[in-house]
Amino acid sequence: MRYGNGFILGVLSGALWGLIATTLAGISITLVTGLAATPVLAAGLLAGTASAGTVLMRPRVQRTQPAYISAFFVTIVVFLLTSFAEPFSQSLAVAPLQQAIAILVVCGAITLANATCLHDVEAGMIKRYAVEVLLTRVFKGLGFVFFTVIVVLPFYVMIMTSLKSQQALLLNPLDLSIDLTKSPRELLNSYIELFTQFNFGRFLLISAIVSATTVIITLLFSIPGAYAVARLRFRGRGLMSQSILLVYMVPAIVLVIPLYAVFSQLGLRNTIIGLLIVYPATTVPVALYMLQGYFRGLPPELEEAGLMDGLGRIGVIWKITLPLSLPALASVSLYVFMIAWNEFLFAFMFLDNPNIFTLPRGVVSLNSSEIPRQHLMAGAVIATVPILIIFLWFERFLVQGLTAGSVKG
Amino acid sequence: MTAPNVVSSKLDHGAVRKSKVGPMARREARLAVGMLAPTLVMVFSIVLFPLLANLWISVKPVSLAELRRPAPIVSERVRGDLDVAGTELKIQYRLRNSSQSAEISGVTMSDTLPAGLTFTRADDRCSISGRRIDCVFGTLEGGFREQIEAFAISDAAFAANPISPRDSKPMLTGDASNVLTNLEFTWDNYRRVFDATEFWTVFWVTISYTIFGTLGAMVLGLFAAQLLNTEFRGRAILRGLFLFPYVAPVIAVAFTWIILLDPFSGTLNAILQRMEVTDAPINFLGQRAVELRFLGLTFDFPLALSTVIIFEAWRYFPLSFLFILARMQSISSDMYEAAEVDGATPFQTFWHISLPQLLGILSTLFLLRFIWTFNKFDDIFLLTGGAAGTRTLTVDVYEQGFALANLGAGAAVAVVIFIMLVLFATTYLRFVHREEG
Repeated sequence: MRYGNGFILGVLSGALWGLIATTLAGISITLVTGLAATPVLAAGLLAGTASAGTVLMRPRVQRTQPAYISAFFVTIVVFLLTSFAEPFSQSLAVAPLQQAIAILVVCGAITLANATCLHDVEAGMIKRYAVEVLLTRVFKGLGFVFFTVIVVLPFYVMIMTSLKSQQALLLNPLDLSIDLTKSPRELLNSYIELFTQFNFGRFLLISAIVSATTVIITLLFSIPGAYAVARLRFRGRGLMSQSILLVYMVPAIVLVIPLYAVFSQLGLRNTIIGLLIVYPATTVPVALYMLQGYFRGLPPELEEAGLMDGLGRIGVIWKITLPLSLPALASVSLYVFMIAWNEFLFAFMFLDNPNIFTLPRGVVSLNSSEIPRQHLMAGAVIATVPILIIFLWFERFLVQGLTAGSVKG
Repeated sequence: MTAPNVVSSKLDHGAVRKSKVGPMARREARLAVGMLAPTLVMVFSIVLFPLLANLWISVKPVSLAELRRPAPIVSERVRGDLDVAGTELKIQYRLRNSSQSAEISGVTMSDTLPAGLTFTRADDRCSISGRRIDCVFGTLEGGFREQIEAFAISDAAFAANPISPRDSKPMLTGDASNVLTNLEFTWDNYRRVFDATEFWTVFWVTISYTIFGTLGAMVLGLFAAQLLNTEFRGRAILRGLFLFPYVAPVIAVAFTWIILLDPFSGTLNAILQRMEVTDAPINFLGQRAVELRFLGLTFDFPLALSTVIIFEAWRYFPLSFLFILARMQSISSDMYEAAEVDGATPFQTFWHISLPQLLGILSTLFLLRFIWTFNKFDDIFLLTGGAAGTRTLTVDVYEQGFALANLGAGAAVAVVIFIMLVLFATTYLRFVHREEG
């Protein structure tokens, strides 16, 4: 058996996985259990190297399940030995169950990563093609880890912080575990206070009403407009469909000062009506643009048949075009709902009266030094959960909506 | 050919052109205009009108406090025993101008006392007749504040059943010019915005935020799209997960980042210290610059600005990712197979096949995201409030208009933003035109 660059690269990739798995495990243990767990990175590195070496020493045909199982045991042994049986700088007697799970997960992850990356890598000299295949696998693996961490970490911190108490947070900012000895009432204390003392039930309701009304108004305006642009011939039609896109490149902040000034003088500023005038105006161009694209894709013969059979234009739209465009309508509605639900700037500038706050405005009002920050995070969770549930439920439609209209953001 | 023939052919031509816009077509056009009218009215009044209004406000001396139109305000007081017949009651009207600076012209006041009271004497500017008093004050200066006195006497019927004269509110009239509509103009707002050396700092911060934020989001998006471009179990879940940062409300994720990055009790700093990456906590969002030494050179690394750029890239990579993934999946697999047969390596395939195919969507995406990042306000405002060297033009609008309470100066910055956007949009249209042609 000859050893060449294949072996070196394979072992290096194993070392990298060892390092990453140990680091992540250390952070996870700390965040989940609250233990001061500093992983021994050198041990992880060596364990990963040994694991990769075990895999690579076998010829390719022999790399079957037993080979990986033996690699797994080699990983565990090396990991424990090189860290002097304290892989997370804690005696194994402290939280033995969690540590055991962590060790198994780390070594399992290392073995799995090596199995995925190295299953067909020769230990001898390998060609550029095989080198790049290996590198691609390593990059992809790193990518999955990287993206998952950067997306999950903030949301995890958001949820866990909202369940803690002020003292616990100051005592150990790394301890984001759930204290299961507490009653659910204590755990959810921030939420209970937000709903009972800070009026968040009302904010939730107002946000829902404002968003739903915005969707309805937007559809009422954009459906006829989109139909006209897509189907009817009139002068300036080309200009219309082009300039719609330009309108939605106008930033809200540029509109804020004039609208603030005029709405103040008209007495519309500190009202829900004011918001319901501004929100649809910013969403109608997007909705119109998305819908006209969809209407154009519908076969015009169906509508012509309707016209021949004596329907008027309104009848055609109501009985033929709209039923065919339900997926597009769903996408547009969800997208507009999301924009209105998340809207911050106008709500912040216009609303002073706590009785008519929308959720984002309510959450901003929690950002003060007098209010503990687990309340702020609980507010953030309350604002996030409904829109994420809607998103996951209708993901297909929303993704369509996003790709069709949402270079905007 | 004779002359009449020419005339008749011209007539024919005219008739043909006229028949093109027949009654049916005209009806269709009318219907289209009718269907578009509500949208047009709305967009004009809420988007285009404010755009033009910015130009107007930017050359006017308007402060936030002056938005409320100046008005005369009066409060009434009564001294004396109401329930003793024949006593002289002293009625004080405290008159003031609600504005400290703007004057009000043609101010008059009239008031009627309850039955049973009769005015005996009053201030020189007022005329009395029985229960009624009418005063003419003329022009009130800004900050005007004065007490006007009048005296009245009560009869027995009133003393038996007294009604407070304050129950009838005095009537006031007065004209003040509306700061938004009067014809007072000034260049001070522009002078103020451009004179400050700050402006160029703000300008360059905006440009670097926009360029690096856009590039960051696109590079992350390209990477994520590359990851999810193959079939595997759990792919749909990951795709949904990767979209979270964009779908969640900005308010929630911005505050989460603030808490995550907090120098004293933030999780990230605690992790970094635990891993022994740093000794002292890093104030990611509050420190303007850190000194870095590299190859014997020291330079200032803009820390807070980099953090908000990273936030921008984090929050908007899902969008680039969706677009790029959609385009990737429409590239035919034939090309990849052919490349594979020809012995192209994975990197060569990516560089010579995927990337050229993606160039169109990448450049369109870059232009649109560039404009949208340039327009971004919420993210920076919530993260740093524009402090520590992160103030962009959009945050400057808020800073000038609301924090410094000078609407005119804010509008002037908004005009600068608008002019730059017109430049970008022209580039965009020209570019898209070329793409299509």
